Amino acid sequence: MMLGSETRDIFYNGLWKQNPGIIQLLGLCPLLAVSNTVVNALALGLATTLVMALSNGSVALIRNFIPNALRIPTFVLLIAVLVTIVTLVIQAYAQPLYLVLGIFLPLITTNCIVLARVEAFASKQPTVNSILDGIAMGLGITAVLVTLGALREVIGKGTLFSGFDLALGDFARNWTVTVFPDYPGFLLAILPPGAFFGLGLLIALRNALQSRKA
Amino acid sequence: MKRIKHWVRDILAPAAVLLLFSAIGALLLSGTYQTTAPAIEKAERAIKNQLLAQALPPGSFDNDLSRAIYPLPTDPLLGLKRPANRYLATRAGQVSGVILEASAQDGYAGEIRLLIGILPDGRIGGVRVTTHHETPGLGDYIEVARSPWIRQFDGTSLDRPDAAHWKVRKEGGLFDYVAGATVTPRAIVKAVHSSLRYFAAHRAELLSGEAP
Repeated sequence: MMLGSETRDIFYNGLWKQNPGIIQLLGLCPLLAVSNTVVNALALGLATTLVMALSNGSVALIRNFIPNALRIPTFVLLIAVLVTIVTLVIQAYAQPLYLVLGIFLPLITTNCIVLARVEAFASKQPTVNSILDGIAMGLGITAVLVTLGALREVIGKGTLFSGFDLALGDFARNWTVTVFPDYPGFLLAILPPGAFFGLGLLIALRNALQSRKA
Repeated sequence: MKRIKHWVRDILAPAAVLLLFSAIGALLLSGTYQTTAPAIEKAERAIKNQLLAQALPPGSFDNDLSRAIYPLPTDPLLGLKRPANRYLATRAGQVSGVILEASAQDGYAGEIRLLIGILPDGRIGGVRVTTHHETPGLGDYIEVARSPWIRQFDGTSLDRPDAAHWKVRKEGGLFDYVAGATVTPRAIVKAVHSSLRYFAAHRAELLSGEAP
């Protein structure tokens, strides 16, 4: 499949140049709270991606019918409706995943990256591009979440991929990789400050890579 | 005339649009709720049944616990704010235990709801957490799926350990906890202990179908 240059730009922006997690620094709330293990980070990242694709797509569809003054309230209303629908569907058909994500699932509504992309991109762009932007930005934040989750899980608990069986079922029971056997644990990495330190390191790393390229 | 026109354009029209979007949103939500409600209820019941079955030793009962429901009044010892249920376990027709719904109100983040299985001789058959809002990754080791912590109540009773040792280790008690998250286990230890006191005071009624 040939990717149009426009599509490539959208993904380049979402995953690297304008990455919401480490460049725009939007959507930090779940980043800090949920990124303590890989499974939590991945699950919330993908749920956010789904919501962003849906919200960008539907806003782009109806963008010509929304009076300018009503943009923000309408967008917020729409995002809240979509998040509630996604929450209900996950609760009904993927209860274990719902139990793992808990309160952070409805809290996607308050993640400002969702509103930011709707306002900055989807309200001015055609529908397909908007959906792609939602997916790209969502994957961008997922990548940061998972990296941070892996970092914190290894340093905090000495394991990787633990708890996948809680989200996916018993077949994932053996996925846990023990990186350091008999690791006493490092509480700081599990607690929210660990997320700040990890995020700071990731931003520094990205800046270093970027400046080397330039 | 001009003012009315303004009023229609700047206030009435946007209000109508917002109302329309709200109505569409409400419709979508109620539709999704209606379609998912049976599946959500089924999934929740399945999880509760699973936890109920774990609150007593395997093989100690042979009835369908989810159907052996009896009422439980609000009582400060159980930490209940609303009337709840108890589940009567029987084996070959003989009462072999009871599971109380109880609640610890003083968790780190609000209420922790518990199922407390008690054998006729007053020993704990098992304790399970049904819902809680403790810190993910820190206080959630009370879930049996995440750690065996909650199993240390198995076999304890009102006099074993004695009242002075119904505490977490940090406070000179018998029960383990994870450093950094002591509020959570403290609340549960307290709730289990007071549930046992409730059981001792109402044993005969709880083990029959009567109202305690």
